[in-house]
Amino acid sequence: MSAETLPRELLIGTIARLLEGVRHVAVGATSPIPAAGAMLRRALDERNGVPAARLSILGSVRHNFFTNGSAELFDAAGQGRIDAFFLSGGQIDGQANVNLVGLGDYPRSEVRWPGSFGSAYLYFVVPRVILFREEHTPRVFVKNVDFISAPGVSSPEVYRPGGPVALLTGKGLFSFDRQRPGFTLDSLHPGHDLMEVQEATGFDFAHPANPPVTPALDASTLGLLRRQVLNELEETYPAYVADWRRDLAGLGEAH
Amino acid sequence: MLSNLDEMAARIGPRMHVALPVDYAGVAMAMTRPIIAHGAGELHLVCVPTGGLQVDQLIGAGLVHSIETSAVSLGEAGGAPRFNQAVKDGAIHLSDATCPAIHAGLMAAQKGIPFMPMRGLIGSDVLRNRDDWRVMDNPFAAAGDPIVLIPAIRPDVAVFHAPMADRFGNVWIGRRRELAAMAYASGETLVTVERVVDGSLVDDEMTAAGVLPALYVTAIAEAPRGAWPYGLWGEYATDVDELKRYAVAARSAQGFADYMSEALRVHP
Repeated sequence: MSAETLPRELLIGTIARLLEGVRHVAVGATSPIPAAGAMLRRALDERNGVPAARLSILGSVRHNFFTNGSAELFDAAGQGRIDAFFLSGGQIDGQANVNLVGLGDYPRSEVRWPGSFGSAYLYFVVPRVILFREEHTPRVFVKNVDFISAPGVSSPEVYRPGGPVALLTGKGLFSFDRQRPGFTLDSLHPGHDLMEVQEATGFDFAHPANPPVTPALDASTLGLLRRQVLNELEETYPAYVADWRRDLAGLGEAH
Repeated sequence: MLSNLDEMAARIGPRMHVALPVDYAGVAMAMTRPIIAHGAGELHLVCVPTGGLQVDQLIGAGLVHSIETSAVSLGEAGGAPRFNQAVKDGAIHLSDATCPAIHAGLMAAQKGIPFMPMRGLIGSDVLRNRDDWRVMDNPFAAAGDPIVLIPAIRPDVAVFHAPMADRFGNVWIGRRRELAAMAYASGETLVTVERVVDGSLVDDEMTAAGVLPALYVTAIAEAPRGAWPYGLWGEYATDVDELKRYAVAARSAQGFADYMSEALRVHP
């Protein structure tokens, strides 16, 4: 087995690591990397002989428990039945505020994105929210978002068992401190350095003097990913899986 | 009870509040062109809880005055071009929401109560821009504990697509319970179906549990592949290529008009 890991596999493996110990993780629509990360978590739990994470992948028929319509995800989350979820954003700022609505003055946004979806609720009630945005540029990671779809932190009187714990990008992994509040760079993906990440980030963040490299996947995990998870993901994300297989063929890893 | 697309479209009058389902639940795309041809305007759309192609086409056709939604997009095919343009032009009034707030508003209507409280939202610009929502302190808490109140959403009419109905007006919606939620909350419910079956769907316990009873259904029209280019659960997949073709065509008002006149002649 080649030790070479594709960038997307590093992201998926990192997500699986961030999900360690969850009982139930939900994944929203058009999110192939978070879906694969959740599937890898379940596969690792099964391999390790611990209770396996339950998955609710929106858009999947096979990997989805819900039978009560699109309200059920929110009802389950409100009761604390969902431990982890993923959010992204057209903009994300240093307070972990997320903007899914648009650029410029609301309501006549210069650039309009689809909208807030369930973020203004799930960010409050899901304990382990992982922010995921592959594009790591100053236009995404801004000082202040133009519109707060969902705030990163709340004042003490607001009911908030949930919130952000981590931010994963194409360049690195950050953790979020709700007390400070702010991000800390935990690790850099191979091929990226601190100065590059600082220049690509519009907000300040804490960091060790020499940030470590995001750990690579061991051979056994990579094997699970390329055999089991790739096949499980195909039902919901056929185009993504085909692209991934092409990348693997390029590595000389075609199966 | 058994009707046709044009008769059903004629039930939609100017300034009505129209509830439409999320793209994967069963969108009555076959109703879109009859609604546009009928031409009742100044509509208020309620997306349950998000909108897509149908919403974009009704906006493009100039029938929409205002919209309540948690998002509008074409999914894998990208942004919704006529919606995005209308936002930029200030041509429609926006009530941006979040998915569970729309479910909460419909649930309040279903129960015949004035509002439903819900968690979250506090500190968001979604809440800040909704002067029809309220925040109060939880009256059962010792102190503090602010919570948001969502007023009941009572659409005049709900429009969706489902696999089958029977001759008695019962509609089989399976596990897509948001379709029932729309119907419970709305004054009228118009349904297109793939097929109408002879026997009663409530006589068999296996189908009865997934039935929206005729009590809540105003009219039904048969429309095979009526969700196209969207898919219908358990029946057929979404035609993503067609969504992409629309997404490109509808970037301009003229391109949208051309697509709509052409599409009138094309059948899936």
